[in-house]
Amino acid sequence: MTFFIVASAIKVFVVFNLILVGVALLTLLERRVCAWMQDRLGPNRVGPQGILQPAADGLKNFLKEETSPAMADKALFTLAPLVSFVPALLTFGVIPFASPLPTPWGVVPMVVADLPIGFLYILAISSLGVYGIVLAGWASNNKYALLGGLRASAQMISYEIALGMSTVAVLLLAGNVTLSRVIAQQQHAHAWFIVPLTLSFVIFFVSALAETNRLPFDLPEAEAELIAGYHTEYSSMKFSMFYIAEYSNMVTASALMATLFFGGWDIPFTSWDSTGDPSVAKTVLTLIAFGLKTFVFLFTFIWVRWTLPRFRYDQLMALGWKVLLPLVLLYITVLAVAIWFLRMQLDWDYGPAMAYTLGGLNLILLVALVWWLDRGRIISGSVAEEAA
Amino acid sequence: MTLTVFWIFGVMAIASALLCITRRNPVSSALWLVVTLFALAAMFVLLDAQFIAALQVLVYAGAIMVLFLFVIMLLNLGRPGPTDIKGPAGVAIAAVLAGLLMFQLRVLGSAPPPDAIQLPAGTLAELQTRQGMVGAVANPLFDAYLIPFELASLLLLAAIVGAVVLAKRKL
Repeated sequence: MTFFIVASAIKVFVVFNLILVGVALLTLLERRVCAWMQDRLGPNRVGPQGILQPAADGLKNFLKEETSPAMADKALFTLAPLVSFVPALLTFGVIPFASPLPTPWGVVPMVVADLPIGFLYILAISSLGVYGIVLAGWASNNKYALLGGLRASAQMISYEIALGMSTVAVLLLAGNVTLSRVIAQQQHAHAWFIVPLTLSFVIFFVSALAETNRLPFDLPEAEAELIAGYHTEYSSMKFSMFYIAEYSNMVTASALMATLFFGGWDIPFTSWDSTGDPSVAKTVLTLIAFGLKTFVFLFTFIWVRWTLPRFRYDQLMALGWKVLLPLVLLYITVLAVAIWFLRMQLDWDYGPAMAYTLGGLNLILLVALVWWLDRGRIISGSVAEEAA
Repeated sequence: MTLTVFWIFGVMAIASALLCITRRNPVSSALWLVVTLFALAAMFVLLDAQFIAALQVLVYAGAIMVLFLFVIMLLNLGRPGPTDIKGPAGVAIAAVLAGLLMFQLRVLGSAPPPDAIQLPAGTLAELQTRQGMVGAVANPLFDAYLIPFELASLLLLAAIVGAVVLAKRKL
Protein backbone atom coordinates (compact mmCIF):
# COMPACT_ATOMS: atom_id res chain seq x y z
CA MET A 1 0.00 0.00 0.00
CA THR A 2 2.78 2.44 0.96
CA PHE A 3 4.67 1.41 -2.16
CA PHE A 4 1.59 2.06 -4.29
CA ILE A 5 1.10 5.52 -2.79
CA VAL A 6 4.77 6.48 -3.15
CA ALA A 7 4.96 5.15 -6.72
CA SER A 8 1.73 6.93 -7.67
CA ALA A 9 2.89 10.20 -6.15
CA ILE A 10 6.17 10.03 -8.09
CA LYS A 11 4.30 9.22 -11.31
CA VAL A 12 1.87 12.11 -10.80
CA PHE A 13 4.75 14.49 -10.14
CA VAL A 14 6.77 13.36 -13.16
CA VAL A 15 3.83 13.27 -15.59
CA PHE A 16 2.54 16.65 -14.45
CA ASN A 17 5.92 18.30 -14.91
CA LEU A 18 6.64 16.53 -18.18
CA ILE A 19 3.37 17.81 -19.61
CA LEU A 20 4.02 21.37 -18.48
CA VAL A 21 7.57 21.33 -19.88
CA GLY A 22 6.29 19.66 -23.05
CA VAL A 23 3.62 22.36 -23.42
CA ALA A 24 6.27 25.07 -23.01
CA LEU A 25 8.45 23.49 -25.68
CA LEU A 26 5.39 23.00 -27.86
CA THR A 27 4.70 26.74 -27.94
CA LEU A 28 8.25 27.24 -29.18
CA LEU A 29 7.86 24.43 -31.70
CA GLU A 30 4.67 26.00 -32.98
CA ARG A 31 6.36 29.32 -33.61
CA ARG A 32 9.46 27.76 -35.13
CA VAL A 33 7.47 25.45 -37.44
CA CYS A 34 5.23 28.34 -38.44
CA ALA A 35 8.28 30.45 -39.24
CA TRP A 36 9.81 27.59 -41.17
CA MET A 37 6.64 27.13 -43.23
CA GLN A 38 6.50 30.86 -43.94
CA ASP A 39 10.20 30.99 -44.86
CA ARG A 40 11.40 33.09 -41.93
CA LEU A 41 13.48 32.31 -38.85
CA GLY A 42 11.14 32.60 -35.88
CA PRO A 43 12.29 33.17 -32.30
CA ASN A 44 15.95 32.06 -32.12
CA ARG A 45 17.59 34.68 -29.85
CA VAL A 46 17.03 33.33 -26.33
CA GLY A 47 19.37 30.41 -25.82
CA PRO A 48 20.59 28.07 -28.59
CA GLN A 49 17.93 27.91 -31.33
CA GLY A 50 15.61 29.87 -29.05
CA ILE A 51 15.20 26.94 -26.65
CA LEU A 52 14.82 29.28 -23.66
CA GLN A 53 12.11 31.37 -25.35
CA PRO A 54 9.28 29.62 -23.39
CA ALA A 55 11.05 30.50 -20.12
CA ALA A 56 11.28 34.13 -21.20
CA ASP A 57 7.61 34.09 -22.21
CA GLY A 58 6.64 32.57 -18.87
CA LEU A 59 8.59 35.22 -16.97
CA LYS A 60 6.96 37.94 -19.05
CA ASN A 61 3.51 36.56 -18.32
CA PHE A 62 4.18 36.43 -14.58
CA LEU A 63 5.45 40.00 -14.46
CA LYS A 64 2.86 41.61 -16.71
CA GLU A 65 0.17 43.81 -15.20
CA GLU A 66 -3.06 41.97 -14.68
CA THR A 67 -6.04 43.86 -16.06
CA SER A 68 -9.51 43.25 -14.74
CA PRO A 69 -12.48 44.68 -16.65
CA ALA A 70 -14.66 46.94 -14.49
CA MET A 71 -17.98 45.37 -15.49
CA ALA A 72 -16.79 41.75 -15.36
CA ASP A 73 -18.19 39.18 -12.94
CA LYS A 74 -15.11 39.04 -10.70
CA ALA A 75 -15.52 35.55 -9.23
CA LEU A 76 -16.33 33.78 -12.49
CA PHE A 77 -13.73 35.84 -14.37
CA THR A 78 -11.05 34.41 -12.05
CA LEU A 79 -12.55 30.93 -11.98
CA ALA A 80 -12.73 30.50 -15.77
CA PRO A 81 -8.99 30.00 -16.51
CA LEU A 82 -8.79 27.48 -13.64
CA VAL A 83 -11.77 25.52 -14.94
CA SER A 84 -10.17 25.19 -18.34
CA PHE A 85 -6.68 24.47 -16.93
CA VAL A 86 -7.46 21.70 -14.43
CA PRO A 87 -9.40 19.23 -16.67
CA ALA A 88 -6.79 19.70 -19.40
CA LEU A 89 -4.08 18.43 -17.04
CA LEU A 90 -6.22 15.70 -15.44
CA THR A 91 -6.97 13.80 -18.63
CA PHE A 92 -3.48 12.46 -19.28
CA GLY A 93 -3.69 10.35 -16.12
CA VAL A 94 -5.20 7.23 -17.72
CA ILE A 95 -2.89 6.98 -20.74
CA PRO A 96 -0.20 4.26 -20.42
CA PHE A 97 3.07 5.73 -21.65
CA ALA A 98 5.57 2.84 -21.39
CA SER A 99 5.88 -0.85 -20.53
CA PRO A 100 5.92 -1.67 -16.79
CA LEU A 101 9.08 -0.65 -14.93
CA PRO A 102 10.73 -3.18 -12.60
CA THR A 103 11.98 -1.74 -9.31
CA PRO A 104 13.51 -3.49 -6.28
CA TRP A 105 10.12 -3.17 -4.54
CA GLY A 106 7.91 -4.49 -7.33
CA VAL A 107 6.78 -3.83 -10.88
CA VAL A 108 5.30 -0.39 -11.48
CA PRO A 109 2.84 0.00 -14.37
CA MET A 110 3.74 3.10 -16.35
CA VAL A 111 0.36 4.77 -16.15
CA VAL A 112 -0.83 7.10 -13.40
CA ALA A 113 -4.18 5.32 -12.98
CA ASP A 114 -5.31 2.52 -15.27
CA LEU A 115 -9.02 3.10 -14.64
CA PRO A 116 -11.49 0.40 -15.70
CA ILE A 117 -13.46 3.08 -17.59
CA GLY A 118 -10.37 4.04 -19.62
CA PHE A 119 -10.97 6.55 -22.34
CA LEU A 120 -14.50 7.29 -21.14
CA TYR A 121 -12.76 9.11 -18.29
CA ILE A 122 -10.87 11.24 -20.82
CA LEU A 123 -14.07 12.04 -22.71
CA ALA A 124 -15.89 12.88 -19.46
CA ILE A 125 -13.22 15.12 -17.95
CA SER A 126 -12.33 16.88 -21.19
CA SER A 127 -16.02 17.67 -21.70
CA LEU A 128 -15.76 19.78 -18.53
CA GLY A 129 -13.05 21.95 -20.09
CA VAL A 130 -15.61 23.79 -22.19
CA TYR A 131 -16.94 25.48 -19.04
CA GLY A 132 -13.73 27.48 -18.76
CA ILE A 133 -14.18 28.91 -22.23
CA VAL A 134 -17.91 29.53 -21.86
CA LEU A 135 -17.50 31.22 -18.48
CA ALA A 136 -14.60 33.32 -19.69
CA GLY A 137 -16.76 34.53 -22.55
CA TRP A 138 -19.70 35.30 -20.32
CA ALA A 139 -17.90 36.76 -17.30
CA SER A 140 -15.83 39.20 -19.37
CA ASN A 141 -19.01 41.14 -20.15
CA ASN A 142 -17.76 41.79 -23.64
CA LYS A 143 -19.75 41.06 -26.79
CA TYR A 144 -16.82 39.56 -28.69
CA ALA A 145 -15.91 37.33 -25.76
CA LEU A 146 -19.56 36.26 -25.38
CA LEU A 147 -19.74 35.31 -29.05
CA GLY A 148 -16.55 33.31 -28.63
CA GLY A 149 -18.01 31.50 -25.62
CA LEU A 150 -21.25 30.73 -27.45
CA ARG A 151 -19.37 29.38 -30.45
CA ALA A 152 -17.15 27.26 -28.21
CA SER A 153 -20.05 25.64 -26.39
CA ALA A 154 -21.95 24.78 -29.58
CA GLN A 155 -18.85 23.59 -31.38
CA MET A 156 -17.46 21.42 -28.60
CA ILE A 157 -20.78 19.70 -27.93
CA SER A 158 -21.32 19.01 -31.63
CA TYR A 159 -17.91 17.50 -32.19
CA GLU A 160 -17.88 15.61 -28.91
CA ILE A 161 -20.60 13.39 -30.40
CA ALA A 162 -18.58 12.52 -33.50
CA LEU A 163 -15.48 12.02 -31.33
CA GLY A 164 -17.26 9.72 -28.91
CA MET A 165 -18.93 7.74 -31.69
CA SER A 166 -15.64 7.18 -33.51
CA THR A 167 -14.24 5.52 -30.39
CA VAL A 168 -17.17 3.09 -30.45
CA ALA A 169 -15.43 1.41 -33.39
CA VAL A 170 -12.38 0.82 -31.17
CA LEU A 171 -14.68 -0.61 -28.53
CA LEU A 172 -16.16 -3.03 -31.09
CA LEU A 173 -12.73 -4.51 -31.79
CA ALA A 174 -11.10 -4.25 -28.38
CA GLY A 175 -14.19 -5.20 -26.39
CA ASN A 176 -12.90 -3.09 -23.51
CA VAL A 177 -12.48 0.59 -22.72
CA THR A 178 -9.44 0.15 -20.45
CA LEU A 179 -6.52 1.65 -22.35
CA SER A 180 -3.97 -0.95 -21.21
CA ARG A 181 -6.24 -3.68 -22.62
CA VAL A 182 -6.69 -1.75 -25.87
CA ILE A 183 -2.90 -1.60 -26.24
CA ALA A 184 -2.46 -5.27 -25.30
CA GLN A 185 -4.96 -6.32 -27.96
CA GLN A 186 -3.09 -4.41 -30.65
CA GLN A 187 0.25 -5.82 -29.48
CA HIS A 188 -0.74 -9.46 -29.36
CA ALA A 189 -2.40 -9.34 -32.77
CA HIS A 190 0.54 -7.48 -34.33
CA ALA A 191 -1.96 -5.20 -36.01
CA TRP A 192 -2.61 -1.65 -34.85
CA PHE A 193 -6.18 -0.47 -35.00
CA ILE A 194 -5.28 2.08 -37.67
CA VAL A 195 -5.49 -0.76 -40.23
CA PRO A 196 -9.00 -2.07 -39.47
CA LEU A 197 -10.34 1.32 -38.31
CA THR A 198 -8.83 3.82 -40.75
CA LEU A 199 -12.03 5.78 -41.29
CA SER A 200 -12.68 5.92 -37.56
CA PHE A 201 -9.23 7.45 -37.11
CA VAL A 202 -9.94 10.08 -39.78
CA ILE A 203 -13.16 11.08 -38.02
CA PHE A 204 -11.43 11.07 -34.64
CA PHE A 205 -8.65 13.31 -35.92
CA VAL A 206 -11.02 15.86 -37.47
CA SER A 207 -13.13 15.93 -34.31
CA ALA A 208 -10.04 16.25 -32.14
CA LEU A 209 -9.02 19.34 -34.11
CA ALA A 210 -12.43 20.84 -33.36
CA GLU A 211 -12.41 19.74 -29.71
CA THR A 212 -9.04 21.36 -29.04
CA ASN A 213 -10.16 24.55 -30.81
CA ARG A 214 -7.33 24.36 -33.30
CA LEU A 215 -7.33 25.70 -36.81
CA PRO A 216 -9.17 25.15 -39.13
CA PHE A 217 -11.82 25.03 -36.39
CA ASP A 218 -10.62 27.77 -34.02
CA LEU A 219 -13.84 29.76 -34.41
CA PRO A 220 -14.12 30.55 -30.65
CA GLU A 221 -11.07 32.81 -30.93
CA ALA A 222 -11.15 33.68 -34.64
CA GLU A 223 -9.07 36.85 -34.51
CA ALA A 224 -10.32 38.15 -37.85
CA GLU A 225 -13.88 38.31 -36.51
CA LEU A 226 -13.76 38.31 -32.71
CA ILE A 227 -10.45 40.02 -31.75
CA ALA A 228 -9.36 37.05 -29.60
CA GLY A 229 -12.75 35.54 -28.79
CA TYR A 230 -13.30 34.26 -25.27
CA HIS A 231 -9.94 35.45 -23.91
CA THR A 232 -10.13 38.99 -25.27
CA GLU A 233 -10.20 40.49 -21.77
CA TYR A 234 -7.54 38.25 -20.23
CA SER A 235 -3.97 39.26 -19.60
CA SER A 236 -0.77 37.97 -17.96
CA MET A 237 -0.90 34.55 -16.27
CA LYS A 238 -4.67 34.10 -16.66
CA PHE A 239 -4.28 34.34 -20.42
CA SER A 240 -1.33 31.98 -20.19
CA MET A 241 -3.47 29.40 -18.40
CA PHE A 242 -5.88 29.25 -21.36
CA TYR A 243 -2.87 28.83 -23.57
CA ILE A 244 -1.43 25.99 -21.48
CA ALA A 245 -4.86 24.33 -21.38
CA GLU A 246 -5.14 24.42 -25.16
CA TYR A 247 -1.72 22.89 -25.64
CA SER A 248 -2.11 20.22 -22.99
CA ASN A 249 -5.42 19.25 -24.58
CA MET A 250 -3.44 18.84 -27.78
CA VAL A 251 -0.91 16.62 -26.01
CA THR A 252 -3.67 14.43 -24.57
CA ALA A 253 -5.49 14.20 -27.90
CA SER A 254 -2.26 13.20 -29.65
CA ALA A 255 -1.41 10.65 -26.98
CA LEU A 256 -4.93 9.25 -27.18
CA MET A 257 -4.71 8.89 -30.96
CA ALA A 258 -1.36 7.11 -30.58
CA THR A 259 -2.89 4.80 -27.96
CA LEU A 260 -6.19 3.97 -29.62
CA PHE A 261 -5.05 3.61 -33.21
CA PHE A 262 -1.25 3.25 -33.23
CA GLY A 263 -0.58 0.71 -30.51
CA GLY A 264 0.35 3.08 -27.69
CA TRP A 265 3.84 2.27 -26.44
CA ASP A 266 4.12 -0.79 -28.69
CA ILE A 267 7.30 -1.00 -30.77
CA PRO A 268 6.30 -2.24 -34.25
CA PHE A 269 7.53 -5.48 -35.89
CA THR A 270 8.69 -7.08 -32.65
CA SER A 271 7.04 -8.76 -29.70
CA TRP A 272 10.14 -8.27 -27.53
CA ASP A 273 8.60 -5.28 -25.78
CA SER A 274 5.38 -6.97 -24.65
CA THR A 275 6.55 -10.49 -23.78
CA GLY A 276 8.95 -11.79 -21.15
CA ASP A 277 10.05 -10.07 -17.98
CA PRO A 278 9.84 -6.29 -17.69
CA SER A 279 13.18 -4.53 -17.85
CA VAL A 280 14.45 -0.96 -17.66
CA ALA A 281 15.59 -1.08 -21.30
CA LYS A 282 12.10 -2.04 -22.41
CA THR A 283 10.56 0.79 -20.41
CA VAL A 284 12.94 3.36 -21.87
CA LEU A 285 12.56 2.18 -25.46
CA THR A 286 8.77 1.92 -25.29
CA LEU A 287 8.66 5.37 -23.73
CA ILE A 288 10.62 6.67 -26.72
CA ALA A 289 8.26 4.87 -29.12
CA PHE A 290 5.25 6.42 -27.40
CA GLY A 291 6.89 9.84 -27.37
CA LEU A 292 7.67 9.65 -31.08
CA LYS A 293 4.11 8.66 -31.99
CA THR A 294 2.68 11.46 -29.89
CA PHE A 295 5.13 13.91 -31.38
CA VAL A 296 4.08 13.00 -34.93
CA PHE A 297 0.49 13.94 -34.11
CA LEU A 298 1.52 17.11 -32.32
CA PHE A 299 3.51 18.10 -35.36
CA THR A 300 0.50 17.32 -37.57
CA PHE A 301 -1.67 19.59 -35.41
CA ILE A 302 0.82 22.44 -35.98
CA TRP A 303 1.23 21.57 -39.64
CA VAL A 304 -2.55 21.68 -40.21
CA ARG A 305 -2.79 25.00 -38.40
CA TRP A 306 -0.36 26.77 -40.71
CA THR A 307 -1.69 25.11 -43.87
CA LEU A 308 -5.48 25.35 -43.85
CA PRO A 309 -7.64 28.49 -43.77
CA ARG A 310 -10.34 28.87 -41.12
CA PHE A 311 -13.81 27.46 -41.76
CA ARG A 312 -16.89 29.66 -41.66
CA TYR A 313 -19.08 29.01 -38.64
CA ASP A 314 -22.03 27.56 -40.58
CA GLN A 315 -19.61 25.31 -42.48
CA LEU A 316 -18.23 24.05 -39.18
CA MET A 317 -21.69 23.18 -37.88
CA ALA A 318 -22.74 21.63 -41.20
CA LEU A 319 -19.61 19.48 -41.22
CA GLY A 320 -20.22 18.30 -37.68
CA TRP A 321 -23.92 17.50 -37.87
CA LYS A 322 -24.56 16.78 -41.53
CA VAL A 323 -21.35 15.00 -42.52
CA LEU A 324 -19.40 13.58 -39.58
CA LEU A 325 -22.33 12.35 -37.47
CA PRO A 326 -24.24 10.47 -40.24
CA LEU A 327 -20.90 9.21 -41.55
CA VAL A 328 -19.80 7.78 -38.22
CA LEU A 329 -23.20 6.19 -37.59
CA LEU A 330 -23.16 4.55 -41.02
CA TYR A 331 -19.57 3.46 -40.52
CA ILE A 332 -20.27 1.84 -37.15
CA THR A 333 -23.22 -0.04 -38.64
CA VAL A 334 -21.15 -1.38 -41.54
CA LEU A 335 -18.22 -2.21 -39.29
CA ALA A 336 -20.37 -3.95 -36.70
CA VAL A 337 -21.90 -6.16 -39.38
CA ALA A 338 -18.44 -6.97 -40.78
CA ILE A 339 -17.03 -7.80 -37.35
CA TRP A 340 -20.09 -9.90 -36.49
CA PHE A 341 -19.69 -11.83 -39.75
CA LEU A 342 -15.96 -12.46 -39.23
CA ARG A 343 -16.28 -13.32 -35.54
CA MET A 344 -19.52 -15.27 -35.40
CA GLN A 345 -19.83 -16.79 -38.87
CA LEU A 346 -16.18 -17.47 -39.73
CA ASP A 347 -15.00 -17.84 -36.12
CA TRP A 348 -12.03 -15.52 -36.53
CA ASP A 349 -10.18 -13.92 -33.64
CA TYR A 350 -8.65 -10.48 -33.89
CA GLY A 351 -5.32 -10.94 -35.69
CA PRO A 352 -3.51 -9.83 -38.84
CA ALA A 353 -5.97 -11.65 -41.14
CA MET A 354 -9.01 -9.96 -39.61
CA ALA A 355 -7.22 -6.61 -39.42
CA TYR A 356 -6.30 -6.62 -43.10
CA THR A 357 -9.74 -7.85 -44.19
CA LEU A 358 -11.35 -4.97 -42.31
CA GLY A 359 -8.57 -2.73 -43.63
CA GLY A 360 -9.64 -3.56 -47.18
CA LEU A 361 -13.22 -2.66 -46.30
CA ASN A 362 -11.99 0.62 -44.81
CA LEU A 363 -9.97 1.40 -47.90
CA ILE A 364 -13.07 1.02 -50.08
CA LEU A 365 -15.11 3.22 -47.73
CA LEU A 366 -12.34 5.81 -47.53
CA VAL A 367 -12.02 6.05 -51.32
CA ALA A 368 -15.81 6.38 -51.61
CA LEU A 369 -15.80 9.09 -48.95
CA VAL A 370 -13.02 11.11 -50.58
CA TRP A 371 -14.75 10.78 -53.95
CA TRP A 372 -17.98 12.03 -52.40
CA LEU A 373 -16.30 14.92 -50.56
CA ASP A 374 -14.48 16.01 -53.68
CA ARG A 375 -17.58 17.25 -55.47
CA GLY A 376 -17.21 20.78 -54.23
CA ARG A 377 -20.24 20.57 -51.97
CA ILE A 378 -18.71 20.76 -48.52
CA ILE A 379 -16.05 23.36 -49.12
CA SER A 380 -18.31 25.83 -50.94
CA GLY A 381 -20.76 25.76 -48.04
CA SER A 382 -24.51 25.97 -47.71
CA VAL A 383 -24.89 29.62 -48.76
CA ALA A 384 -23.31 29.06 -52.16
CA GLU A 385 -25.52 26.03 -52.59
CA GLU A 386 -28.67 28.06 -51.94
CA ALA A 387 -27.55 30.78 -54.31
CA ALA A 388 -26.91 28.29 -57.10
CA MET B 1 -11.76 5.82 4.14
CA THR B 2 -14.79 5.16 1.91
CA LEU B 3 -17.04 6.67 4.55
CA THR B 4 -14.95 9.86 4.71
CA VAL B 5 -15.13 10.23 0.93
CA PHE B 6 -18.87 9.59 1.07
CA TRP B 7 -19.38 12.34 3.63
CA ILE B 8 -17.23 14.82 1.71
CA PHE B 9 -19.17 14.34 -1.50
CA GLY B 10 -22.52 13.95 0.23
CA VAL B 11 -22.15 17.30 1.99
CA MET B 12 -20.86 18.79 -1.24
CA ALA B 13 -23.87 17.53 -3.20
CA ILE B 14 -26.41 18.85 -0.69
CA ALA B 15 -24.68 22.19 -0.17
CA SER B 16 -24.31 22.87 -3.88
CA ALA B 17 -27.90 21.77 -4.53
CA LEU B 18 -29.05 24.31 -1.91
CA LEU B 19 -26.88 27.00 -3.47
CA CYS B 20 -28.27 26.08 -6.89
CA ILE B 21 -31.84 26.87 -5.88
CA THR B 22 -31.06 29.96 -3.80
CA ARG B 23 -28.69 31.90 -6.13
CA ARG B 24 -30.35 34.75 -7.98
CA ASN B 25 -27.91 34.70 -10.86
CA PRO B 26 -28.91 31.96 -13.38
CA VAL B 27 -25.30 31.30 -14.38
CA SER B 28 -24.27 30.65 -10.76
CA SER B 29 -27.27 28.36 -10.30
CA ALA B 30 -26.30 26.37 -13.38
CA LEU B 31 -22.71 26.07 -12.15
CA TRP B 32 -23.77 24.88 -8.70
CA LEU B 33 -25.93 22.28 -10.43
CA VAL B 34 -22.79 21.11 -12.28
CA VAL B 35 -21.03 20.73 -8.92
CA THR B 36 -24.01 18.70 -7.62
CA LEU B 37 -23.88 16.40 -10.63
CA PHE B 38 -20.15 15.97 -10.19
CA ALA B 39 -20.57 15.05 -6.52
CA LEU B 40 -23.24 12.51 -7.53
CA ALA B 41 -20.78 11.01 -10.01
CA ALA B 42 -18.36 10.56 -7.12
CA MET B 43 -21.16 8.70 -5.26
CA PHE B 44 -21.52 6.34 -8.22
CA VAL B 45 -17.78 5.64 -8.08
CA LEU B 46 -18.14 4.79 -4.39
CA LEU B 47 -20.91 2.35 -5.36
CA ASP B 48 -18.52 0.63 -7.82
CA ALA B 49 -20.54 1.95 -10.76
CA GLN B 50 -17.70 3.79 -12.48
CA PHE B 51 -19.25 3.50 -15.91
CA ILE B 52 -22.40 5.26 -14.70
CA ALA B 53 -20.19 7.89 -13.04
CA ALA B 54 -18.35 8.58 -16.30
CA LEU B 55 -21.64 8.83 -18.18
CA GLN B 56 -23.04 11.13 -15.51
CA VAL B 57 -20.15 13.55 -15.99
CA LEU B 58 -20.03 13.10 -19.77
CA VAL B 59 -23.74 13.50 -20.48
CA TYR B 60 -25.14 15.66 -17.68
CA ALA B 61 -22.23 17.79 -16.52
CA GLY B 62 -20.42 17.89 -19.85
CA ALA B 63 -23.20 18.22 -22.39
CA ILE B 64 -26.66 19.01 -20.99
CA MET B 65 -25.47 21.65 -18.54
CA VAL B 66 -23.35 23.27 -21.25
CA LEU B 67 -26.53 23.57 -23.31
CA PHE B 68 -28.28 25.13 -20.29
CA LEU B 69 -25.49 27.69 -20.04
CA PHE B 70 -25.66 28.20 -23.80
CA VAL B 71 -29.34 29.09 -23.62
CA ILE B 72 -28.84 31.33 -20.57
CA MET B 73 -26.10 33.19 -22.39
CA LEU B 74 -27.96 33.32 -25.69
CA LEU B 75 -30.97 34.95 -24.03
CA ASN B 76 -28.59 37.07 -21.95
CA LEU B 77 -30.37 36.14 -18.73
CA GLY B 78 -27.08 36.14 -16.89
CA ARG B 79 -27.48 39.27 -14.78
CA PRO B 80 -29.09 38.84 -11.36
CA GLY B 81 -32.80 39.64 -11.38
CA PRO B 82 -35.39 40.03 -8.62
CA THR B 83 -35.80 37.05 -6.32
CA ASP B 84 -38.52 34.63 -7.35
CA ILE B 85 -38.81 32.68 -4.11
CA LYS B 86 -42.54 32.43 -3.40
CA GLY B 87 -44.23 33.80 -0.27
CA PRO B 88 -45.13 31.98 3.00
CA ALA B 89 -47.75 29.76 1.32
CA GLY B 90 -45.17 28.50 -1.18
CA VAL B 91 -42.65 27.83 1.59
CA ALA B 92 -45.27 25.92 3.60
CA ILE B 93 -46.24 23.72 0.64
CA ALA B 94 -42.58 23.08 -0.15
CA ALA B 95 -41.91 22.13 3.49
CA VAL B 96 -44.84 19.66 3.51
CA LEU B 97 -43.70 18.09 0.23
CA ALA B 98 -40.11 17.87 1.51
CA GLY B 99 -41.33 16.18 4.70
CA LEU B 100 -43.33 13.68 2.63
CA LEU B 101 -40.27 12.93 0.52
CA MET B 102 -38.13 12.39 3.62
CA PHE B 103 -40.75 10.02 5.02
CA GLN B 104 -40.84 8.05 1.76
CA LEU B 105 -37.05 7.82 1.73
CA ARG B 106 -37.06 6.55 5.34
CA VAL B 107 -39.65 3.87 4.50
CA LEU B 108 -37.76 2.82 1.38
CA GLY B 109 -34.47 2.83 3.27
CA SER B 110 -35.72 0.50 6.00
CA ALA B 111 -37.34 -2.00 3.59
CA PRO B 112 -34.96 -4.43 1.86
CA PRO B 113 -34.81 -4.08 -1.94
CA PRO B 114 -36.81 -6.74 -3.87
CA ASP B 115 -34.98 -9.96 -4.74
CA ALA B 116 -35.39 -9.35 -8.47
CA ILE B 117 -32.92 -6.47 -8.50
CA GLN B 118 -30.45 -7.99 -6.04
CA LEU B 119 -27.29 -9.84 -6.97
CA PRO B 120 -25.57 -12.25 -4.58
CA ALA B 121 -22.61 -10.60 -2.82
CA GLY B 122 -19.39 -10.55 -4.86
CA THR B 123 -20.99 -11.34 -8.23
CA LEU B 124 -20.78 -7.72 -9.34
CA ALA B 125 -16.98 -7.54 -9.04
CA GLU B 126 -16.68 -10.92 -10.76
CA LEU B 127 -19.00 -9.77 -13.54
CA GLN B 128 -17.00 -6.60 -14.06
CA THR B 129 -13.67 -8.40 -14.34
CA ARG B 130 -15.15 -10.89 -16.81
CA GLN B 131 -17.09 -8.51 -19.05
CA GLY B 132 -15.41 -5.18 -18.34
CA MET B 133 -17.07 -2.12 -16.83
CA VAL B 134 -19.12 -1.40 -19.94
CA GLY B 135 -20.03 -5.00 -20.69
CA ALA B 136 -21.56 -5.43 -17.25
CA VAL B 137 -24.06 -2.69 -18.10
CA ALA B 138 -24.40 -3.36 -21.82
CA ASN B 139 -25.14 -7.07 -21.71
CA PRO B 140 -28.37 -6.90 -19.70
CA LEU B 141 -29.36 -3.70 -21.51
CA PHE B 142 -29.19 -5.23 -24.99
CA ASP B 143 -30.24 -8.71 -23.97
CA ALA B 144 -32.80 -9.11 -21.21
CA TYR B 145 -34.07 -5.52 -21.33
CA LEU B 146 -33.88 -4.92 -25.08
CA ILE B 147 -37.57 -4.13 -25.58
CA PRO B 148 -37.83 -1.56 -22.73
CA PHE B 149 -34.58 -0.01 -23.96
CA GLU B 150 -35.89 0.35 -27.51
CA LEU B 151 -39.19 1.73 -26.22
CA ALA B 152 -37.31 4.35 -24.20
CA SER B 153 -35.33 5.36 -27.26
CA LEU B 154 -38.54 5.63 -29.30
CA LEU B 155 -39.97 7.89 -26.61
CA LEU B 156 -36.87 10.09 -26.72
CA LEU B 157 -37.02 10.22 -30.51
CA ALA B 158 -40.66 11.33 -30.33
CA ALA B 159 -39.66 14.03 -27.83
CA ILE B 160 -36.89 15.26 -30.15
CA VAL B 161 -39.23 15.41 -33.14
CA GLY B 162 -41.81 17.21 -31.02
CA ALA B 163 -39.25 19.76 -29.81
CA VAL B 164 -38.12 20.47 -33.37
CA VAL B 165 -41.71 20.89 -34.58
CA LEU B 166 -42.54 23.23 -31.67
CA ALA B 167 -39.39 25.29 -32.09
CA LYS B 168 -39.60 25.58 -35.86
CA ARG B 169 -43.14 26.40 -36.91
CA LYS B 170 -42.17 26.72 -40.56
CA LEU B 171 -40.21 23.66 -41.61
